[in-house]
Amino acid sequence: MARYLALRLAILAGTLFAASVVIFLALEVIPGDAAAFMLGLNAQPDTVAALRAELGLDQPALWRYLGWIGGALQGDFGLSYTYKVPVAELIGDRLWVSLPLTLYALALSTAIALPVGILAAARRGGPADITVMGATQLGIAVPNFWFAMMLVALFAISLRWFSAGGFPGWADPLAALKALTLPAVALALPQASILARVMRSALIECLGEDYIRTARAKGLTRGQALRRHALRNALIPVLTILGMQFSFLIAGAIIIENVFFLPGLGRLVFQGITQRDLMVVKNVALLLVFAVTLVTFLVDLAYAAADPRLRTRR
Amino acid sequence: MTAIRPTALAAAAALGLAAATAAAARDDVTIGMQLEPPGLDPTAGAAGAIDSVTYANVFQGLTRFDQNGTVIPDLAERWNISSDGLTYTFHLVKGVTFSDGSTMDAEDVKFSLDRARAEDSVNAQKGLFAGIAEVKVLDPLTVQVILSEPNGGFLFNLAWGDAVIVAPETAATNATAPVGTGPYVVSDWVKGDRIVLTARDDYWGDPVSIRTATMRIIADPTAAFSAMMAGDLDVFPAFPAPENLAMFEGNPEFRVTVGTTEGETILAMNNGAAPLDDIRVREAVAHAIDRETVIDGAMYGYGTPIGTHFAPHNPAYVDLTELSAYDPEKSRALLAEAGLSDGFTTTLKLPPTSYARRSGEIIAAELAEVGITVEISNIEWAQWLDEVFKRRDYGMTIISHVEPMDIGIYARDDYYFDYHSPAMQELMAELTRTTNPDTRGEILGRAQRRIAEDYVNAYLFQLPLLTVSRAGLQGLWENAPTPAIDLTGLSWAE
Repeated sequence: MARYLALRLAILAGTLFAASVVIFLALEVIPGDAAAFMLGLNAQPDTVAALRAELGLDQPALWRYLGWIGGALQGDFGLSYTYKVPVAELIGDRLWVSLPLTLYALALSTAIALPVGILAAARRGGPADITVMGATQLGIAVPNFWFAMMLVALFAISLRWFSAGGFPGWADPLAALKALTLPAVALALPQASILARVMRSALIECLGEDYIRTARAKGLTRGQALRRHALRNALIPVLTILGMQFSFLIAGAIIIENVFFLPGLGRLVFQGITQRDLMVVKNVALLLVFAVTLVTFLVDLAYAAADPRLRTRR
Repeated sequence: MTAIRPTALAAAAALGLAAATAAAARDDVTIGMQLEPPGLDPTAGAAGAIDSVTYANVFQGLTRFDQNGTVIPDLAERWNISSDGLTYTFHLVKGVTFSDGSTMDAEDVKFSLDRARAEDSVNAQKGLFAGIAEVKVLDPLTVQVILSEPNGGFLFNLAWGDAVIVAPETAATNATAPVGTGPYVVSDWVKGDRIVLTARDDYWGDPVSIRTATMRIIADPTAAFSAMMAGDLDVFPAFPAPENLAMFEGNPEFRVTVGTTEGETILAMNNGAAPLDDIRVREAVAHAIDRETVIDGAMYGYGTPIGTHFAPHNPAYVDLTELSAYDPEKSRALLAEAGLSDGFTTTLKLPPTSYARRSGEIIAAELAEVGITVEISNIEWAQWLDEVFKRRDYGMTIISHVEPMDIGIYARDDYYFDYHSPAMQELMAELTRTTNPDTRGEILGRAQRRIAEDYVNAYLFQLPLLTVSRAGLQGLWENAPTPAIDLTGLSWAE
């Protein structure tokens, strides 16, 4: 297990280094810079040059790369060009919105998807299964921003139960959770649909395995066999999908963030790219690489927990 | 009955009074804005959103604009101008303090003006201060500005948000912790979500009625509509969804105003590259465009047609739309005369604003009618600034120039239109030297005609200021002579 962990951690470090180089180079070639963006249409060339110098944009690329990585290793991610505050602080604030939103949406989608998927598999071919298959097909087909707008039209404009968007901060945890509810539902619906279908098909596959027949032959009921033997084996593909959904949601929720005007990470990146605040963009990109790698790592560990064979094989 | 009536009246009056007291008690407002300011220092950035938050609320200058664009006294209560027009003596208001408690005096004025025009200045409108030769402190309440040549627009220049007075101790940190002389301080800024302004208790000027103003950042037009409809907001100046305005207009809970801005929306042309370097070709382009169709299609009918680069609400405006009236026949004839009877192909680079994208599609179709093929490319702002503005790698583009009184850009040799006219440059120099308002108006008229007759660009429409507010909120600016959400006159009806 220790060797397994060490190897995984080495891969994590290598991925981060390679990603930092790719991110930096990719951002070097896109046209435009923060200084020109900030100064607008009446700017004189000498003013732009003065601002470039002030922001350190006039230094050689290698120097800026080393400055960034050197700082990052010491926990200093630099100052945002446009906001003039530490990037770490900006990202931290946004994470307090994006991370809870992601977890909320994942919790909702898991809470809906797993029972529904299990039910559909257990009653395969029955009315419950057909309903679930139809509903999840719809859930995947409906674009989540449209669904979000419908939620706003109903719950914010007509019923006025929720506000149309925004985030009041965590000073009042209940208000914060309430603000995240509609966005979480909008995000969870398509995720739950996918997850329910994966759960169903994985379980159906397991139910056809020899060990289930053996378990039934021992005298277990269909339900007991499903709970004790099939379910655990069916969790592996479900965990994979969950891991991927987490990585997607953490910054991929940008459209939903826009609909509900939430100050999340997705919008920060978008804004950073628009304003050429590359200090923000490269750090968020690196953070995402880190998050995805870390989640993959955790999912691998979860596999090992779910399937003991994976532990001994390595 | 007769006995009851007075009682009923009294009861009604008492109820009315109670309602009035309740209404008067409301002293907060929630405002929607589409773009978040990058920082809050108006002297170090061109973003209109900086001024939207800080102009007149947090920072003040020697002079300021009122909602119609008239220059009125602010921190300078009066001034004298020497007969040669070179020396301005400003008498400052007594007892002005910054929000950190320190006193604002002539030294702060000198510091602010010297900083804005310094060699390493990062002021986006450094050009406003170009004519200043020296700033002298005569006494704590008197400051003298000496110009190198007369400048009839000097008081106007000082009214810009970029010319506000800041203190040397806090100037460097204003972007994150603004300290100004205005009636409000920034009490909270949740990045990406909202900025909260709170009224100062120690404000030196007229008391304000709104104590707390929350400005919420809502970028998406549909979300802006929802937030207004759901009652999350009290007002949305520069409302971004003109297609939904009718729904508010029909609702007595809301009030819709359509005002003007300083945004001349133009189809800019690269005067330096063939075939648009030929005036006949540019004139052909101008005649091929039907402004009404563009305004109806791209702006849902909101917007005033313009025939030159000048705001129609300005007294000096001259209506020159006839010079470039919609006339496809004339357009074809001009193209034939220029040897392009088969038309030509050029690029149309569109920044991300919806007015540009939507106008672009319509104009491309209209130009195709006369044989001009445009290749549309949708680009982001930073790309636009790099490709079009800096490197002039473009044929045509659509853009709104929102700076007030910016006709002077046509006299700049380094500007992206690549238009070089000694006549126009002379007119602008003459304008700067002239202080008499009537003569200035006359020169501005000649300048408008000069650029209209040279068909530098095709002038489309003046960007409107669409504002949706809750009925009962009064004192809002209906026009935007400069980007600003002036809270000082704002109040709830009693």
